[in-house]
Amino acid sequence: MNAPMNVTTNANPAPAKKLRVATASLAGCFGCHMSILDIDERLLTLLDLIEFDRTPLTDIKRCGPCDLGIIEGGLCNAENVHVLREFRQNCKILVALGACAINGGLPAQRNHLDLRDVLEEVYQTEYLVSHGGIPNDPELPLPLNKVHPIHEVVKVDYFLPGCPPPADAIWKFLTDLLAGRTPALGHGLLHYD
Amino acid sequence: MNDTFQLDGEDIPFAPGQTIMQAATAHGVYIPHLCWHPDFSAHGSCKLCTVKVNGRFGSSCITQAQPGLEVENRSMELDEKRRTLLQMLFVEGNHFCPSCEKSGNCRLQATAYELNMMSPHFDMFYPNRPVDASHPDVLLDFNRCIMCSLCVAASRDADGKNVFYMGGRGLLGRRVHISSESGHLGDTDFAVTDRAASICPVGVILPKRKGFAVPIGQRKYDLAPISEHVAEDAS
Repeated sequence: MNAPMNVTTNANPAPAKKLRVATASLAGCFGCHMSILDIDERLLTLLDLIEFDRTPLTDIKRCGPCDLGIIEGGLCNAENVHVLREFRQNCKILVALGACAINGGLPAQRNHLDLRDVLEEVYQTEYLVSHGGIPNDPELPLPLNKVHPIHEVVKVDYFLPGCPPPADAIWKFLTDLLAGRTPALGHGLLHYD
Repeated sequence: MNDTFQLDGEDIPFAPGQTIMQAATAHGVYIPHLCWHPDFSAHGSCKLCTVKVNGRFGSSCITQAQPGLEVENRSMELDEKRRTLLQMLFVEGNHFCPSCEKSGNCRLQATAYELNMMSPHFDMFYPNRPVDASHPDVLLDFNRCIMCSLCVAASRDADGKNVFYMGGRGLLGRRVHISSESGHLGDTDFAVTDRAASICPVGVILPKRKGFAVPIGQRKYDLAPISEHVAEDAS
């Protein structure tokens, strides 16, 4: 499982500058982030090569200048769009991770329904729910009419499909990228499901 | 079978009257395709099987094999065009693989894997397409239809029932219809044992209560890429 990592084989010492990586989950389920963690002990190898900026793992709230940004999930509300644009402005390379970032995924299955009908069904008319009314707190980001994949709003450099992408696919992708190769998954690692 | 043509530099024998696709498939060589099926007449609509015949584009499923033809198939140029066609099919329908019973057995998905399609590239259409659960044994989910019209051919030519037909106009209007007065499959004599019930290359025509009998990850195209299934697909 140990893919070659040319970046570590520099003969002499000036320790290679670590790549700075930010990740975020927008309209996703955190499954893709779980799959990142699922690369298991290889995380330790990875941490020799990268350092984290904003991610759910560090709890840093804003994305600073980064080499690599990884986005899970599509865009279902105004805050998602804001975070995505912040990532695009700060990250040299932006990656769409998983089905939802790539084609909207499960949240996008509301797209053929009217948004108001959906909200009313969930918060007012559905049997056995609180009937508390549609939330309208200024703290809450407004939902978009439709859920969109991230490439419809910003330029995306790489796509890594899967629901979630398997840990081995994430590992292959990251090690390819860190070694300066064009990431290539191939049969068995490229999955849309 | 003494005549041959060249396909990506390989000699392919053919019988008189065979198309490039038929000869290549019989020889075990994969040419990407979606609307072609060996048991039904070709109509050359998906354009995925486009090859270069003596330097000119042509659909291999409707181009007759001729002695000495030089045919280009899996070149970077052609695969790039095929990938674009696939991306247009993916954005035009609602292809959510994670929630589709057909995932892993789907020719659209497997072809996209084969051609290394990493994203839909274009803006999504998210069309509003109906599902039809009226039949006791078969579910229709038109969200995934790619208009290959194989169900139309199978129901007409193999089952003799004409359950399906293509109708409507325009990009989002044209679709497969059901030929019952109500427009519902449940009001036809369609049976789960019909040829048309198992012909769909994508996840539109699905037998009920069988969805996940084989788990995701252990299905046909999970085990081997579509280009290695040519022999069984030809039979």
